[in-house]
Amino acid sequence: MKKTLALLSLAAALAAPLSAQAHRAWLAPTSTSLSGTDAWVGFDAGMSNGVFIPDHAAMRLDNLVVTGPDGSKIQPEHMMQGQYRSTFDVHLTQNGTYKIANVGSGLMASYMLNGERKRWRGPASDYPSALPAGATEVQASRNNSRVETFVTLNAPNETVFQTTGEGLELVPVTHPNDLAAGEAATFKFLRDGQPAADLDVTVARGGLRYRNAPEEMTVKTGADGAFTVTWPEPGMYWMNAAVRTEAQGQTLASNTSYVGVVEVLP
Amino acid sequence: MRLLPIVISTAGLAAAAPAFAADVSVAVELPRIATASYHRPYVAIWIEKPDQTAVQTLAVWYQQTRNNEGDGKDWLKDLRTWWRKGGRAMTMPADGISGATRAAGRQSITVPAARLRGLQPGQYTMVVEAARELGGREVVRVPFRWGAANTANASGSSELGAVRVTVSR
Repeated sequence: MKKTLALLSLAAALAAPLSAQAHRAWLAPTSTSLSGTDAWVGFDAGMSNGVFIPDHAAMRLDNLVVTGPDGSKIQPEHMMQGQYRSTFDVHLTQNGTYKIANVGSGLMASYMLNGERKRWRGPASDYPSALPAGATEVQASRNNSRVETFVTLNAPNETVFQTTGEGLELVPVTHPNDLAAGEAATFKFLRDGQPAADLDVTVARGGLRYRNAPEEMTVKTGADGAFTVTWPEPGMYWMNAAVRTEAQGQTLASNTSYVGVVEVLP
Repeated sequence: MRLLPIVISTAGLAAAAPAFAADVSVAVELPRIATASYHRPYVAIWIEKPDQTAVQTLAVWYQQTRNNEGDGKDWLKDLRTWWRKGGRAMTMPADGISGATRAAGRQSITVPAARLRGLQPGQYTMVVEAARELGGREVVRVPFRWGAANTANASGSSELGAVRVTVSR
């Protein structure tokens, strides 16, 4: 019974790798600031209640994109999906900042057909033609989710912060690989390329298993989409924001979420 | 072997300061740490303004050669504070700055006036950071004045012992 449940929830998580409602998605690097002529960084990616604690489901990495300091695409290596986490490595051979992002976008629809509720998931371009004839009570929403982290070999640079104008995106004012405990860092959120004002951003520090208090903060973005966090302690931090909008006329409902993982050093 | 002349020159500096006008010397005690696998610490010494912005790196001691565990530069990042405040923007090895790791005991460097020509008179902080493989990390800050002869001291508690800054002007 328990196993069936676990399998079911795993299957659900795998089918909806990034639309975590109950669980938090994370993409955690083994280190973020490196020196030398080249370096390797390992990554764990999962979905769980406690951030960075692999105890629920592995993240699917079909949409993983690693961007190098010069803007080129880098091939991740040693990719493996385990029970609780997916892992892969990135070989850093250029100086500068890399972005590692798992970006999901698509459309989800539910509809009635012959008295049964059915679901369809696919790229936005296939909608609504992919729905079977006779589908009624169609409810559709666009989904766009981004889970990302950054690592730097030697001095940081900013090429990878170029935005796409789709979904929620983070624009660093403070470089994400230049964070120190006790210091303030500022970032901006864009939604579809426009400043995302009045957004609640959850900031949670890893290591919950070894303490009692969750130590989560919520900060709000200002009119320009900017928010500031003063890091209380060193650690790996999880930052999350989400926007949901209801359908209006011809415009579909939409779910957009962002997760960023950053390391704060002592 | 190498230690001796350095210690003598520091002693000479302290005794006959005017003769070495405008030099800065930094004496650093690297404590002897009894542990199963002792590795010599990586050490960076640099000058900061009172607001902690870095002005100039004076010395970086790290493993100069590549061994079976990798290149010494791979661990420069472990000198976290120095790395962030400018180390990552430097090219290593750097002439007159970088050198091999040093043994436990009293170590010192003397920076001649010629290398500090850009330093305006005023208050500064000498910062010494040590990071040791399988060990800890410690930063010691010693405020000193540039523009007149003075000495200043501070002490670490784990990875660093006494740090003494001597300005001979």
